[in-house]
Amino acid sequence: MDLTYTPEQQAFRAEVRAWLTAHVPAQPLEHFDATREGFEAHRQWEKTLKSGDWGMVTWPVEYGGRGLDLIQWLIFEEEYYRAGAPGRVNQNGIFLLGPTLIEFGTHEQKQRFLPSMASGEEIWAQAWSEPQAGSDLAGVRATCVQDGDDYVLNGHKIWSSRAVFADWAFGLFRTPGTERHKGLSLIFFPLDAPGVTVNAIKKINGHVGFAEIFLENVRVPAFNRLGDEGQGWHICMATAGFERGLMLRSPARYQVAAKKLAELWTAHKNSADPALEADVVRAHMNADAYALNIYQTASRLMAGAKIGPEASTNKIFWSELDIHLTQTALAILGPVAELTHDAPDAAPVDWIDDYIFALAGPIYAGSNEIQRNIIAERMLGLPR
Amino acid sequence: MDFTLNEEQLMFAETARSLFADSCTPDHWRKMMEAGQAIDPARWASIVETGLTLVLLPESAGGIGLSEVDFALIAQEAGYVALPEPLVESAGVAAPMLASLAPEHELLGDPMAAIAIAHPLNPFVANADSAAAIILHDGGEAFLATPDQVTLVAQSSIDPFRRLFRVEWNKANATSLGKGADWDLALDRASVFNAAMGLGLAQRAVDLAVDYAKDRQQFGKPIGSYQAVKHHLASAQVAIEFARPVVMAAAADIGHRDAQARARVSHAKLVALEAADKAARASIQVHGAMGYSWEVDVHLFLKRALALTQSWGTPAFHRARIADRLFNQPAGPDQTFARESDHA
Repeated sequence: MDLTYTPEQQAFRAEVRAWLTAHVPAQPLEHFDATREGFEAHRQWEKTLKSGDWGMVTWPVEYGGRGLDLIQWLIFEEEYYRAGAPGRVNQNGIFLLGPTLIEFGTHEQKQRFLPSMASGEEIWAQAWSEPQAGSDLAGVRATCVQDGDDYVLNGHKIWSSRAVFADWAFGLFRTPGTERHKGLSLIFFPLDAPGVTVNAIKKINGHVGFAEIFLENVRVPAFNRLGDEGQGWHICMATAGFERGLMLRSPARYQVAAKKLAELWTAHKNSADPALEADVVRAHMNADAYALNIYQTASRLMAGAKIGPEASTNKIFWSELDIHLTQTALAILGPVAELTHDAPDAAPVDWIDDYIFALAGPIYAGSNEIQRNIIAERMLGLPR
Repeated sequence: MDFTLNEEQLMFAETARSLFADSCTPDHWRKMMEAGQAIDPARWASIVETGLTLVLLPESAGGIGLSEVDFALIAQEAGYVALPEPLVESAGVAAPMLASLAPEHELLGDPMAAIAIAHPLNPFVANADSAAAIILHDGGEAFLATPDQVTLVAQSSIDPFRRLFRVEWNKANATSLGKGADWDLALDRASVFNAAMGLGLAQRAVDLAVDYAKDRQQFGKPIGSYQAVKHHLASAQVAIEFARPVVMAAAADIGHRDAQARARVSHAKLVALEAADKAARASIQVHGAMGYSWEVDVHLFLKRALALTQSWGTPAFHRARIADRLFNQPAGPDQTFARESDHA
């Protein structure tokens, strides 16, 4: 065990810091789920990142990445959040689909999809859930029927993050006549293909971050199927592992938030309830614990281990720490807490927006109830 | 940066695990409880024979000279069986302190000799009656006395294997070990090893409940198939998973002796023992009324967690050390492994 950075890792941190200092926009961008303009400004930022070769640091160089290891990825993320760089509009592509494609895609598929994902030229939405299949993803009903060299897709997807403005989506489709986990395939489709209708769904904060997607005889080449027909469930479980386990929420996000919370406390401690200091300290502890846990997982994976059902513990931990952290900020702010960022007396940090966003944490990427079932059944061995 | 355990570390933990699994069963400690016995001489002899008491002791004092990480893994195994013997305090805290003050001391040459320690943070001394000697504190200076050179006022603990005493003593009857004693280091070691024991206690409480929930039927199904039961235990397991890397990082950090290291040690002690409390309470709940009975083993793990939580620094003491780091040192995502000296 050696919990110090090597000189190479320190030099890498300095390199990332210098580049971000020179390139991170001085003014925060409008949120990518708020308007088309905000979305396109973030696409532009993805292109800027790519110009410095920072689009997707862990991917192989030949597919538009930088070929870095997981510890370097963590250092990159730490510097990224420290610099206050814009959110990643293409996170569905780069953190979910990207690693899945690298593991299961053919060379041709990787060449076709990965570089344009890393550069922001093509921004991806996920199209997993359906009205009757949320946490019970094996219940999807949307169908795929092979016709010559194409697939014909039909069905109704919902809760598709980014789909309103994105270019492409990946979803699970069923070969007609199959049931549950069998007969599912992971297929990509362009969101502007004939037969695709995208209807925005406003989120709790008014942003159009979700959509429902109707597919009516949408024709895509069979090339767009990842893995074999019927292998979709297996592939999706791997994708979910990336999402819950490591890549979806890097610890730096919460460490920055915990730092801001400590600053908020310092500024308000003469007027706020003294008992809140314990919550501020707790938020810092939680963010630190999450970082240590991820460093430990990254070290294990680099030593050859595979990520297992313990990935489900991460998702519960970060989603709960996020709610506790933002709730503590609201408690410190008192009456100012309810003001939105455009109010004259609003706090400099939009904690209410962060709190509202945190409320989604226990729901998306598989609800925390489902994660607890996974932990109980696959880690602890309790009966189904 | 490599946050993994090496083969040797895993080997020592495995040695401790199999030794304790064979000898420290609930049946055995129930017999000890009935007999009012706090220590099993045969088990202590096998612990000594296996070399576990020598792990943290420096080579200059006849030890193996391994690290706090190695000893923390052993402490975790001691927690898993609620080990009655004072392995952790004696071999993890007191003996290394004695070795740093008097490396030639004859007590160190006798690995069977357990040593007790009276830290200024602790009003009561554990296992002072059965110790070969007690390290005592006065104004930063360390003294050594045998139990018959002091007056022991027994204080019964909720944990039947914690024999606590108020120690009344007179400098005339004790030997000075000089002013060089590092009481902070003793506190940090005790805190991390108590945290490691907490991880073991927590995992055992969960494991006991899992075994019960697979077996016990209600409404025609094992209770472990009900989501409400699963969620109690999954939540406890989450607490364990996020305490473990903190404990390991704290153990690896101790040598640094700065605000960062102290905060991490305190963080480890807080969350590992909170995990133990959470797991024990979940386990009692899952066991139902049986869980509240003397017959089911869970209560001993709960009681050990209760005892360790308030000794070697209360939660408030440890929270204050973390606050000190948070509000007086740089924080943020680039500071996870930063050292105070980086900011000098």
